[in-house]
Amino acid sequence: MPEPQSAERINDFVIKLANVNGTGSASANSLLMKSIFRMGVPVVGKNFFPSNIQGLPTWYEIRVSRDGHIARSGRVDIMVAMNAETYRQDLSDVSPGGVLIYDSTWPRSHELVREDVTILGIPLAKICNEHFDGIRARILMKNVTYVGALAALLELDLEVIKQLLGETFARKPKLADANMQAIHLGYDYARDHFECPLSLRVESMDLTRDHIMIDGNSAAALGCLYAGVTVGAWYPITPSTSLMDAFRSLCAQHRTDAETGENRYCIVQAEDELAAIGMVLGAGWMGARAFTPTSGPGISLMSEFIGFGYFAEIPAVIFDVQRVGPSTGMPTRTQQCDILSAAYCSHGDTRHPILFPADPTECFEMAVAAFDLAERLQTPIFVLSDLDIGMNDWMCPLLQWDDDYRWDRGKVLSETDLEKAEHFWRYYDHDGDGIPYRSLPGVHPKGAYFTRGSGHNAEGRYTEDADEYREVVDRLNRKFETAAELVPAPVVVNSARGDIAVLSVGSCDGAVREALVLLGEQGVKLNYMRVKAFPFSGKVQDFLDRHERVFVVEQNRDGQLRKLLINETTTDPAKLVSILHYDGLPIGSDCILEAILGGLEKGAAA
Amino acid sequence: MSYMSKPRIAHPGLKKNALGLTRRDYEGGMSTLCAGCGHDSITAAIIQACFELAIEPHRVAKVSGIGCSSKTPAYFLSASHGFNSVHGRMPAVATGANAANRDLSYIGVSGDGDSLSIGLGQFCHAMRRNLDMLYLIENNGVYGLTKGQFSASADVGSKAKRGEINEQPPIDPVLTALAMGGTFVARSFSGDKEQLVPLIKAGLKHKGFALIDVLSPCVTFNDHEDSTKSYAYTRQHYHPALETDFVRPAEEIMADYDAGAAMSIELHDGSMIVLRKAAQDYDPQNRGTAFAYIKDKLRDSEFLTGLLYVEETAPDMHVLSHTADRPLVDFGWEDLCPGSSALPEILKRYR
Repeated sequence: MPEPQSAERINDFVIKLANVNGTGSASANSLLMKSIFRMGVPVVGKNFFPSNIQGLPTWYEIRVSRDGHIARSGRVDIMVAMNAETYRQDLSDVSPGGVLIYDSTWPRSHELVREDVTILGIPLAKICNEHFDGIRARILMKNVTYVGALAALLELDLEVIKQLLGETFARKPKLADANMQAIHLGYDYARDHFECPLSLRVESMDLTRDHIMIDGNSAAALGCLYAGVTVGAWYPITPSTSLMDAFRSLCAQHRTDAETGENRYCIVQAEDELAAIGMVLGAGWMGARAFTPTSGPGISLMSEFIGFGYFAEIPAVIFDVQRVGPSTGMPTRTQQCDILSAAYCSHGDTRHPILFPADPTECFEMAVAAFDLAERLQTPIFVLSDLDIGMNDWMCPLLQWDDDYRWDRGKVLSETDLEKAEHFWRYYDHDGDGIPYRSLPGVHPKGAYFTRGSGHNAEGRYTEDADEYREVVDRLNRKFETAAELVPAPVVVNSARGDIAVLSVGSCDGAVREALVLLGEQGVKLNYMRVKAFPFSGKVQDFLDRHERVFVVEQNRDGQLRKLLINETTTDPAKLVSILHYDGLPIGSDCILEAILGGLEKGAAA
Repeated sequence: MSYMSKPRIAHPGLKKNALGLTRRDYEGGMSTLCAGCGHDSITAAIIQACFELAIEPHRVAKVSGIGCSSKTPAYFLSASHGFNSVHGRMPAVATGANAANRDLSYIGVSGDGDSLSIGLGQFCHAMRRNLDMLYLIENNGVYGLTKGQFSASADVGSKAKRGEINEQPPIDPVLTALAMGGTFVARSFSGDKEQLVPLIKAGLKHKGFALIDVLSPCVTFNDHEDSTKSYAYTRQHYHPALETDFVRPAEEIMADYDAGAAMSIELHDGSMIVLRKAAQDYDPQNRGTAFAYIKDKLRDSEFLTGLLYVEETAPDMHVLSHTADRPLVDFGWEDLCPGSSALPEILKRYR
């Protein structure tokens, strides 16, 4: 349990909002977060929501952090308890010295109190019933009213809130006014009944200029648009759906001819994931940049075709926004549980390059990189994001685009190349890097060959010959070695010359970085590496080699990254110590800190 | 396009088409199917149709799934790209390929196992999208490559080579296509090239999904007595409902048709299909009555053949998606990447 808070805490606390889903709380909570962001204070919002449309508990956690920490901290300083069903649990989650706000329209059981928590009752339903008409409006406005109360308690800038509402309801000024009225109702009630502000409060800073609040799925979709993607095929699945939704809306704006209404893209909603990946491979075979967004169950369904793409050497990009498995698992909760199934997806000897974005900025950058790699390497590429990155709003520096960048189409023979060529052998390794040359359909008859998942030789012809088969699969291995040097290099932070280090991946990054700062304050300085891609480059091997013990932090039960490191490097498994978090909520810095301190103690004792 | 005049040793007497190509330019590798396989006759019909239509071979994309039928794209149009996909999933590959490059002609070859069992869903959804392609089912009622199991098109009472009698009712591809909104639905017989060649031509020129279910006996596993997919049984039970002639845009309709029994349908590129009805009351443009008529005949063990239903005006996948006329693969970097200047406006909503 975190320490009780004492003095003023400015721009450094956690607000958790407990709501019932389907009551419109999401937009109110996002208004609250954006207001703090617009006041120049670093903030991050995480949504813990059910796989349901209406009626189940949902939580939103806003971390205000002047130091720019982005992970969960394990604290709850202010709880807005709007869900009677979860009230008991919500109260117990508040850190000592914290504040709980509830709707006091109805009486609360005497048992539900805590000596060390300040409890503030606001008759939200009563206030809204008196001022708004219609059941739906009253439910929605309750949420906006508590944002108003928080504005008074935390000293938020009402002008900022007004401006945000004006932008949100630009086309419906009446709604903006009604929302602002609700803000004032909550604000005035709090000012009249409580001492405002609290010792926890927000003070304007200038740390969010040139930053945006964006989710990873939107950022990845933007990457697809900028990478020149023309074909998208998909089957709806949480939490990847918003990626294709975002791509579609970006395309409608930027890829539709204003005069003719013609689209320079084609999105197909497939009948299932098996078809979605087949469409992507068909488009990739033709020479278009094509992708599919999906999640774990979709990967399982796609695996036969992914093996085909590997063996027939067809570019494809698969965004796997990971959710909790196994099976249907918990579709709206986060995990990093597809690392192994992506790396070795499909039957037979197969291995696939994977990119691991850690935040929305990297979703944008790695989306572009993934298409270059897919075409350069002529193989399916995974981008392994997760629900935490994909669906939560992260504070990121404004995304940048270099106009000098051009796409890498890889080794594609032109009509002239084919005209000049004596013959075309599809799977022949001319350059010694394991990457053959390919021809696109419709370009030249000399480029024609039969793409197949059955045994084929270097010329591209059917074979069942032992030597010819081995020649092809051994070359695929050489290609994978080439891939290790083409994929993004790991990030290394050297803070000590010590022999103990931390290694992590993807969305663990923020929590690990905060834990390292906290450890540093205690005099424990550890080196850190975040792997950004598979296959692992030589730098990963070097890092493992120069440390005696490496804590491997990841969000799954089985230590999948650790297993992959053991499988794909020459490191001694005994050196790699797992720190695992897999309850479906994003990993927090507190659990890493605790595990490392515990691990170091154990190490010292041994 | 200098490759059209590549030197080629051929008999000087060989007939040339409008592109100056001979029939040999449309052939593929040697078939490895059993001698007498119906599929080889279909391959020959495809070659003849493409030759006569003077299609540039490299502007055709051949796609298939898994099975004996799906091997056949290797035996025709060796100058065309081919894609031998996974079992039952050819329609998805064709959909993605067509989405990317709408200018090629797509020939899909599938079988009854590939389309009616493992791939039934994809087969139906390709029709639902009215994907612009020719889709041939080489239908023999049996799994050949795994040596003789019944397929989903096997008729009730048909006897397997090992003696087993099929009890499960078949899925009929023609009725399925009519139910799914197929816009070009035909049936033929591998042994009737006269009927099959014009059907293939018309199917290639149809703007949308053209299904031809071709009864194609398996000489090794399903050509015995008491099989309902044998050569002998098929010859006895197939009935042309319509005779189909295909007429290219510039050609005149030469044949003399009986006014009452003939109807002509104009295709997207101006070519014509002329149908001569064997049955007076049959209307190939009425989905409901066509369905009922075909089903009635099937009940009497009669396979109606010919172009059984056609709807030339239905929008295809690209029309429905408002895709540009220019193939997506032909757009360049500048057409696709909005550049840094567009970024501030896009990111505004995330402030």
